[in-house]
Amino acid sequence: MSAHSGAVGKASAGRRGKDRGFQLGLLFCVAVSVVLLAVLLVDVVADGVGRLSWDFISSFTSISADQAGIQAALWGTIWLMGVCAAFIVPVGVATAIYLEEYADSTKWWNRLIEVNIQNLAAVPSIVYGILGLAFLVRGPLSLGNVVLAGGLTLGLLVLPVVIIAGREAIRAVPPSIREGSMALGATQWQTIWRQVLPASIPGIATGVILALSRAIGETAPLIVIGAVTVIAFNPTGLDSPFTAMPIQIFDWISRPSNDVNDYRPLAAAGILLLMILLVAMNSVAIWLRNRYEQKW
Amino acid sequence: MEAGATAAAKSRAEAPSLRAARRRWGEDLIKAFLILAAFISILTTTGIVVSLVGETISFFGEVGVGDYLFGTEWSPLFEPASFGVLPLVLGTFLISAVAMLVAVPLGLAAAIYLSEYAHPRVRKIIKPILELLAGVPTIVFGYFALTFFTPEVLRGLFGSDVAIFNGISAGIIIGFLIVPTVASISEDSMSAVPQSLREGAFGLGAAKLQVTMRVVFPAALSGIVASVVLGFSRAVGETMVVVIAAGLQPQWGLNLFKAMETMTAFIAATGKGDIPTGSIEYKTIFAVGTTLFVITLIMNLISIRFVRKYRQVYE
Repeated sequence: MSAHSGAVGKASAGRRGKDRGFQLGLLFCVAVSVVLLAVLLVDVVADGVGRLSWDFISSFTSISADQAGIQAALWGTIWLMGVCAAFIVPVGVATAIYLEEYADSTKWWNRLIEVNIQNLAAVPSIVYGILGLAFLVRGPLSLGNVVLAGGLTLGLLVLPVVIIAGREAIRAVPPSIREGSMALGATQWQTIWRQVLPASIPGIATGVILALSRAIGETAPLIVIGAVTVIAFNPTGLDSPFTAMPIQIFDWISRPSNDVNDYRPLAAAGILLLMILLVAMNSVAIWLRNRYEQKW
Repeated sequence: MEAGATAAAKSRAEAPSLRAARRRWGEDLIKAFLILAAFISILTTTGIVVSLVGETISFFGEVGVGDYLFGTEWSPLFEPASFGVLPLVLGTFLISAVAMLVAVPLGLAAAIYLSEYAHPRVRKIIKPILELLAGVPTIVFGYFALTFFTPEVLRGLFGSDVAIFNGISAGIIIGFLIVPTVASISEDSMSAVPQSLREGAFGLGAAKLQVTMRVVFPAALSGIVASVVLGFSRAVGETMVVVIAAGLQPQWGLNLFKAMETMTAFIAATGKGDIPTGSIEYKTIFAVGTTLFVITLIMNLISIRFVRKYRQVYE
């Protein structure tokens, strides 16, 4: 900014003062958000750090707050993320490839797919819960409230994230790479499979991790499809009933606490564990982006 | 030759000179598979609409449309049951309005700061913090609203007039949760304003503040509107903060210090129990879900339209 105001601002010191005030106002607003986030993190750590231990991770939930742990929910979440990833990686990447490499964006049906994906990205998560309840848990597929139904519901919810990130990664590969490959006689699919996809894997992987880190904290759709709150065993397969970390945390938050059983520290400890997982996932995403990102 | 005008993708797809002489069935098969995958997103929307509409029609077989849309008492699970959705809609919009009062100034300020004022080094610190704010699961915000914001902050300011479960705490916290949404889309659109516009204004003797507010801001307005509408849509659709902190009691009134229920909160609270398929409770979930879906769909489409507009102007 100094380059401009040096030339222009001399005539009117008052104007510069106003500018300074405006900038301070902006900084104040940014600071408010940052401070709130800091207070939130400190509050959760202060409430939960005393309860976070190996016992907490390795115990099942219990009526007695002193003995309760998060094991079943942790494994439930791991299973859900597995199903979710197995669904969103092939479907999301295939959709992204179609839209970037094959689709003619002047055709109305391709534009419809695009607007549809943009809208799906903004549909409230609880509506996906209703979809899961009506189509996966009951209705046509009637899977019951099991791991497979939960994972697919979350998968449908975060699919747009993968598609949008995948498209950006594919678009970043310059056309010259494709042209070179085709000039050497490769077919369109050979070009995509051997040139475009390998070059865009870091971007796609980052998108998948971001999608999973959104799915891992989603609570509302799982509530609606009927994830069980009190469960004392780990899932054994895709057709197994499950609970998940956010569901377990929600259960602890909504239980009335008293002098004997205080569930709040449990909830906070669960949140801490969830946040630790999230930070780990995002660190991997950032590392992938920095390590493998190609500049063309 | 219209090579300049056709999109790169199109020329790639057609590229007649590169086509193999004989048809490659494998390639066609792969393409068919890819189309099938793209079709899943269409199926998802269709599935949402079909599941919502079917049960909603059957809901209106039992409850009058007028009673639902204009009734001011919502007590579907008690006897005598009453199905006026207005208290839920009012609760939703009140809480969302509070959220926007927080999110719009804070989000826009952050966007202006990041796009026009911040030193690149400061940007590198603040952007990840906003992304972190966006990445915190909403249940965490709910916990924070209930166990910290209401008792420590609101009750500190207003005393015990504030109920433990209240609308204003949920609204303010949702506001913070959508600051990153508003900030990132607005910042994108302000960064897309060509540098030449700013330089032109500086050349005419404008100060930085004037350039920002009278040149960049209006030029980026469609993106800013899109971010605000999308933020509002997120506030309307937010569930966990309201379920945890706002109290699950429908209120036909404007008292933000008292408990409230939103459409999303009702769906979550009712869906929690193992309700039998086909019962009236089951159908209310879908009727309220349809109302919610229609409201957010309209806002999303408006927002998508505005985003497309700013992309077209400068890209």
